[in-house]
Amino acid sequence: MRSCGACCTRLTEFGVTLRGVPVLEHINLHMHCGELTAIIGPNGAGKTSLLRAMIGEIPHAGSLRFIHHGNVENTQPLRIGYVPQRLEIDRTSPTTVLDLFVGALSRWPLWLGVRTRTRQEARGQLAVVGADTLIDRKLSELSGGQLQRVLLALALAPNPELLLLDEPVAGLDQAGTELFYQTVSRMRTQYDLSILLVSHDLMAAASVADRMILLNRTLLCDGTPQEVLGNPLLKQTFGFSIAGQDLPRRREEAQRLAREQCELPEGGVK
Amino acid sequence: MNLLCTVMGCLPFDWAQYTFMQHALLAVLLITPLLALLGCLIVNNQMAFFSEALGHSALTGLAIGTLLGLQAPVFAVVAFAVLLAVSMSLMRRHSAVPPDTAIALVMAFVVALGVVLLSRGGGFAKYSSYLIGDILTITRGELFGLAALLGVVLLLWGILFNALFFVSLNRSLAASRGFPVRWLEPLFAVIVAVVVAISIPWVGLLVINSMLILPAATARNLAWNTRSYVVGALVISLLSGILGLICSYYWDTATGATIVLWASGFFALSLLFRR
Repeated sequence: MRSCGACCTRLTEFGVTLRGVPVLEHINLHMHCGELTAIIGPNGAGKTSLLRAMIGEIPHAGSLRFIHHGNVENTQPLRIGYVPQRLEIDRTSPTTVLDLFVGALSRWPLWLGVRTRTRQEARGQLAVVGADTLIDRKLSELSGGQLQRVLLALALAPNPELLLLDEPVAGLDQAGTELFYQTVSRMRTQYDLSILLVSHDLMAAASVADRMILLNRTLLCDGTPQEVLGNPLLKQTFGFSIAGQDLPRRREEAQRLAREQCELPEGGVK
Repeated sequence: MNLLCTVMGCLPFDWAQYTFMQHALLAVLLITPLLALLGCLIVNNQMAFFSEALGHSALTGLAIGTLLGLQAPVFAVVAFAVLLAVSMSLMRRHSAVPPDTAIALVMAFVVALGVVLLSRGGGFAKYSSYLIGDILTITRGELFGLAALLGVVLLLWGILFNALFFVSLNRSLAASRGFPVRWLEPLFAVIVAVVVAISIPWVGLLVINSMLILPAATARNLAWNTRSYVVGALVISLLSGILGLICSYYWDTATGATIVLWASGFFALSLLFRR
């Protein structure tokens, strides 16, 4: 499957109020499929609240709709894949990668065993991110990078229309970060979905995103990464500017790596 | 049930000849797996302190039931535990105080209130059986009630386990998969409250939390996935239940606490074989 580029996710007058305090207001946003939008903003800007409201964990004002090719609106609820910032796994947790998939994909109670069909489905999904060899490992034994790729595979099952990534590489090492972004870049072209990435690393976000949004309780600025990073509002918001850094070179580098790694190494990733 | 009692009567042990011991054994075979099943998710959710507070609230429920002059104070105990479970579950999510502090505050208040109400006129001693429980007094009718309760929990664990398991992993992730996180947490708290409140007269509020937590904590040390975790907790709970009951007969000690000693022993042993 290739992304059609014609369907879109639309937020209209989206807003979130927590304990009586408005944390997000008047968010109007279109995201086309095949597009990776990065949201940047200072701490407390409402980035995570935006995602939590989009997945339905906290109530929101306004609407969130998915419009298919030809302006046909979805009658089903939007299918959203979500990769959390960080999964707190206690060291003694017996939960395995397979348990995670069974819990999400099957109604058959996990403690009564796993059906072969569900296992095959999980393995197939994990293979997409080159992590099928991890299927029987405990979550507590995985490295940060492995866990994030497993969560990415989970977010892609079943195929979502919108993929939300909340600081997915926070705490990962350089290699883990690169591999994660390469995988995401590949998803963007292979699946019919829009991707929304929340990140505090401006340069990393700029190097993978098609579009960038500066958020601080509302949308301050929306455009290509170059435009947003060059915008004076960015300096006002963060207190520093990164305009003039060699962004085009970084982008090229990232895209070249993504092309090279399009086929992940055999036997998964160590 | 007559058949089960006859079978037990054929066992070559003197304790197995007494009807009260036969009933107690059946009760142990029902209560320990029931509590262990709940315990697996309590430990996953890091709610051990929460269930401890629920157990202690039985005292206040009992006091309220007695004050109201109820024939069967168990209804007041269950109602009060449910009320407390829902409020603590909401506090856990919305309170500005850290959750464990909030629970400690609630528990302190509730226990004090229960003791004050029950000790009026110096009559607390007659309620002390609630503290240590007495499984040997269980009646046939109560055994059927327990079996029904176990049936309901097994059914709920068939329908809800995956959802509750997922919420315990990560609330946002569960929400993104379409699980109704906003009512799953209070629902789980209510189930725990009902089971704890009903089991307390036989197990005793001092040790009920150990019977919830210990089998799960032990199985966690040995399990290689979620299934082996739950099945392991069930096996350990049954083993400690049976051994505890038999030892309490020979040692002439409180059954609930003797079961907990065995469960603690298994936990200590499991540390040696930790995976």
